[in-house]
Amino acid sequence: MAAIPSLASHPAETPAAIVSIRGVGKTYKGGFEALKQINLDIRRGEILALLGPNGAGKTTLISIICGIVNASTGTITADGHDIVRDYRAARAAIGLVPQELHTDAFESVLSTLRFSRGLFGKPPHPAHLENILRELSLWDKRNNKIMTLSGGMKRRVMIAKALAHEPKVLFLDEPSAGVDVELRHDMWQMVRRLRESGTTIILTTHYIEEAEEMADRIGVINKGELILVEDKHTLMRKLGKKQLTLSLQQTMREIPPGLAGLQLELSTDGATLVYTFDTQSEETGIASLLRRLGEHGIDFKDLQSSESSLEEIFVSLVHKPKGDRA
Amino acid sequence: MNIHGIRAIYRFEMARTFRTLMQSIASPVLSTSLYFIVFGAAIGSRMGDIDGTSYGAFIIPGLIMLSLLGESISNASFGIYMPKWAGTIYELLSAPVSWIEVVIGYVGAAASKSVMLGLLILITARFFVDYEILHPLWMFGFLVLTSVTFSLFGFIIGLWADDFQKLQVIPLMVITPLTFLGGAFYSINMLPPFWQKVTLFNPVVYLISGFRWSFTGRADVHIAVSAGMTLGFLLICLAIVWWIFRSGWKLRA
Repeated sequence: MAAIPSLASHPAETPAAIVSIRGVGKTYKGGFEALKQINLDIRRGEILALLGPNGAGKTTLISIICGIVNASTGTITADGHDIVRDYRAARAAIGLVPQELHTDAFESVLSTLRFSRGLFGKPPHPAHLENILRELSLWDKRNNKIMTLSGGMKRRVMIAKALAHEPKVLFLDEPSAGVDVELRHDMWQMVRRLRESGTTIILTTHYIEEAEEMADRIGVINKGELILVEDKHTLMRKLGKKQLTLSLQQTMREIPPGLAGLQLELSTDGATLVYTFDTQSEETGIASLLRRLGEHGIDFKDLQSSESSLEEIFVSLVHKPKGDRA
Repeated sequence: MNIHGIRAIYRFEMARTFRTLMQSIASPVLSTSLYFIVFGAAIGSRMGDIDGTSYGAFIIPGLIMLSLLGESISNASFGIYMPKWAGTIYELLSAPVSWIEVVIGYVGAAASKSVMLGLLILITARFFVDYEILHPLWMFGFLVLTSVTFSLFGFIIGLWADDFQKLQVIPLMVITPLTFLGGAFYSINMLPPFWQKVTLFNPVVYLISGFRWSFTGRADVHIAVSAGMTLGFLLICLAIVWWIFRSGWKLRA
């Protein structure tokens, strides 16, 4: 890979950071090191997607920020408040939608929202709760017991609970897990509206499509390390590859020696040539390639170009040896 | 102080109580009524007075304590254990509430329910036996103090337990025997001298004795000792809860 993304280490807090993580590590009692010296600034008003395979440490990091897990090392501030020393102010600014569907099965939807709002120290605000429930299409279900709702509805209830106290930062841990396509798209829209209203959103996801669709920045965690954090478009431009596929008029046995040195691959049936080029290069060489193909008497009947998805970038990142990234 | 947080927890817990009225109120009232019928009306009528009090009236404080201790522990332990079991504890741990606010919410609700239950049993007792309360304020004070203390103890059990068996083992294997052997149905003066001394190691003796004093004016141990022992136990429980929340033991990884 030609380009190198910026590493996710920032020694000083950036002014626009709403959550600032410095040297946070977590080693569990058994000795398992779940997080290794994480440094990250989450910018006010952005949507940050944290990607990583299972067990990478995404949920541990979120749990530490929210106060559910104690960090072994490091400090975190949320909305300018230390999450340990000034936990009241820090936690009041944060809303969390955990990965698992933890709900009070016997409570009604509305009463569980009232509970959440009160727990976070906010006075009753029926109009706000009504807005949330309408936004999440739960208003008709407000008096239903949570146990009677479908999995997707329960997921919405959990989001509604997290929003009940009007948090400035919302953590969504795998929000699309077990959710159908329609609800997932509804949720994406809701997340965008929240961002427009000024809420900072951090989501972890297995669905690369989700990160590609929604995030402003992408962070990749693997084996407890934050491999990179980068603007989504920059990341895709830096690490993405483009390919030009040419369907040949006549099959070839091998690539002519005169075309050696170009990033060309011939398909096994000899009917297709694939040219790989770097998206960051000033000169992709397509015009030159086509001219040289003509000089060698190679005609083509069709051509198409494609570029790597975030998923391909992600897979290449987490499978790449550590030394190759930096 | 997060007053809204305390109120939210308290209301949530009281709503749980009223959702399970049969289990939380009707069941203990019924079982206590059966005790009154058997020991008060049936057997009690054939037994002599104890310290000048009819047997039926004598056992009222002990029977109330029997229910009060069991229900206080059960309510408070279930109250905090259920969120742990269901996973909803994440919300409590990530909320801007201090340990004392959590305690006031959960223990306050459990103790409120126990006080209601104690008063209900007292009213029920009136249907079976005649009794009088010499020191009603002290009686109410002991009722509240015992409810709070043992709700706090139950809260600790709920924090400690990681399965339903552990939740039940202390009330069933420790508290019930201690209550039965703590003078609920007899005066410890009726025991041989050696067992009288052994019985003084049973903390429930002080609760029942003090509570009975508020009814009859007679006690196995001095009222100040009873109140002091109960307060001491309350402070020990508070210190343990403070330590659990401070260290994150059984709560935070």
